[in-house]
Amino acid sequence: MKTKMQFSWFSTAILCFASFLALAPLFWMVSVSFMGPEDTNSLTPPILPSKVTFENYAVLFEQQSMGRYVLNSLIISTCATFLALSFNITAGYAFAKLRFTGKEKLFQGLLMALVIPGQLSMFPLFFMAKNMGLLNSFGGVLIPFMASLFGILMVRQYALSIPNEMLEAARVDGASEYQVFWHIVLPNLTPIMVTLAIFTFLGAWNDFLWPLIVLSDDKFYTLPLALAGLSREHVQDHGLIMAGAMVTIVPVLLIFLILQRQYVRGLLAGSVKG
Amino acid sequence: MNKRLTLQAGWVFIAPSLFVLMVFFFGPVFLALIMSFSDFDIYSLADIDNLRWIGLDNYFKLVQTPLFWKALGNTFYLAIFGTPLSIAVSLGLAMALNVKNAPFKGFFRIVLFTPYVTTLVAAAAVWHFILDTRSGLLNQGLRLLGLEGLDWLGDPHYSLPAIILFSIWKSFGYNMLILLAALQKIPDELYEAATLDGANAWQRLLHVTLPGIMPSFWMVSLITLAGYFQLFAEPYVMTQGGPAQSTLTLMYFMYNEGFKWWNLGTASATAFVLFIMLLGISVLSPKNEAETKP
Repeated sequence: MKTKMQFSWFSTAILCFASFLALAPLFWMVSVSFMGPEDTNSLTPPILPSKVTFENYAVLFEQQSMGRYVLNSLIISTCATFLALSFNITAGYAFAKLRFTGKEKLFQGLLMALVIPGQLSMFPLFFMAKNMGLLNSFGGVLIPFMASLFGILMVRQYALSIPNEMLEAARVDGASEYQVFWHIVLPNLTPIMVTLAIFTFLGAWNDFLWPLIVLSDDKFYTLPLALAGLSREHVQDHGLIMAGAMVTIVPVLLIFLILQRQYVRGLLAGSVKG
Repeated sequence: MNKRLTLQAGWVFIAPSLFVLMVFFFGPVFLALIMSFSDFDIYSLADIDNLRWIGLDNYFKLVQTPLFWKALGNTFYLAIFGTPLSIAVSLGLAMALNVKNAPFKGFFRIVLFTPYVTTLVAAAAVWHFILDTRSGLLNQGLRLLGLEGLDWLGDPHYSLPAIILFSIWKSFGYNMLILLAALQKIPDELYEAATLDGANAWQRLLHVTLPGIMPSFWMVSLITLAGYFQLFAEPYVMTQGGPAQSTLTLMYFMYNEGFKWWNLGTASATAFVLFIMLLGISVLSPKNEAETKP
């Protein structure tokens, strides 16, 4: 009994220390974003601002058009979420519950294709976007978010738990497959729809490489692109960069804190293979 | 009759996403393979008639490019040192979270997961300042402990370790949660039986814990390894591949080849080298998973 108590105190000490290390960078981000240049440019910047200032945020929104980037990121992430929901839900359900010729082979193929890294398609996709006139547009950024193997598998995994009797009962009552889907399946899939929505929204919000390739005009920039540009051009303006990081990170942290249960479900579902 | 209707419905339901995947994923992957065997560059971009089939020339060109080997070496360095460290941190913390009766576990779980949720580019920008030689938080902390601060991002010897440090911070939360879920599935009786048989803590870890979480352990190891192979945004934001190309990763090399120099043939060839490497990793996994499955 006594060793068990010691054990739990030991683990608590480790967890405290690790939590400190996990949060210190974020804490510093908050702190520096409210510092003036006299603090950030000093040899050893203080842990807390000597005088709290909102100057960095003012510069960010007034001179660096941060408001536009926030809006761009919001539009892109929202559209990506709706696209992902409309393409992946039906497919995930069909692979879980409907019988059709070639289903097993097709599904095995999709599972195997999980290995293919998305970056492989990057160069041809760039020229396709170019030919379709989608370079430098939100449409171009949204291409990879329409249908995803990951999304389909996640929905399928969850849809497997819908009882067949429920679907059969509706069919016996004369409902068409589309009515069954709309009235029976969809309401039962709400939890995984929320999870898929969170993952897609955050994925689009955080995405970097593909928007970097598609968008060259900074009026279409998303927050990560704007921030990468900012941290390359204003290397010494630490307060400004930290404020930009705050504007980018705080929304995703809020979404996570509010919806963590749904988020973690998706995470663990993703870890269960086929 | 009914059966035929169901057949059709299934296809109707998957048709939109299958179409999109074909056009925007499988098609481009196939085209990329073709591009890697052609001399696709800025001239063929202007006029497709300039495109020629050149067989394996891009791959020969690649292996004669010193920068490619540099990038490959850096990528292996990251994977070989980063993966075990990431997994060790994640497993240690997952085990600490799995201790019975420890207080505030829910709170710790959320706090420790926070770095994983943050936007990669923003976190990298924050760490760029944290790793700053003169006034960064890390060197301030080291000086507080009486140690000398390092020129983390300016010295080619420390730039990759600095990026590994950041990557561990950024990604351990995910592995930790997956491993924790696996740890919680190991029945207490197994530990009790092992203790009765006289197994010490180390032996219990080796003979009860690790076999119990093997499938998950493999999975997070491979995902982490693949993550290090595909590292790009971290050096792009923090070091721009420098100093002296010490943080140029394979992905970064590929990006530069393709979108900076428009050598799309060699860029696509690089993409396939990366693909083969990832394929190699994934071949490692299913066999072990099957072996350890009860």
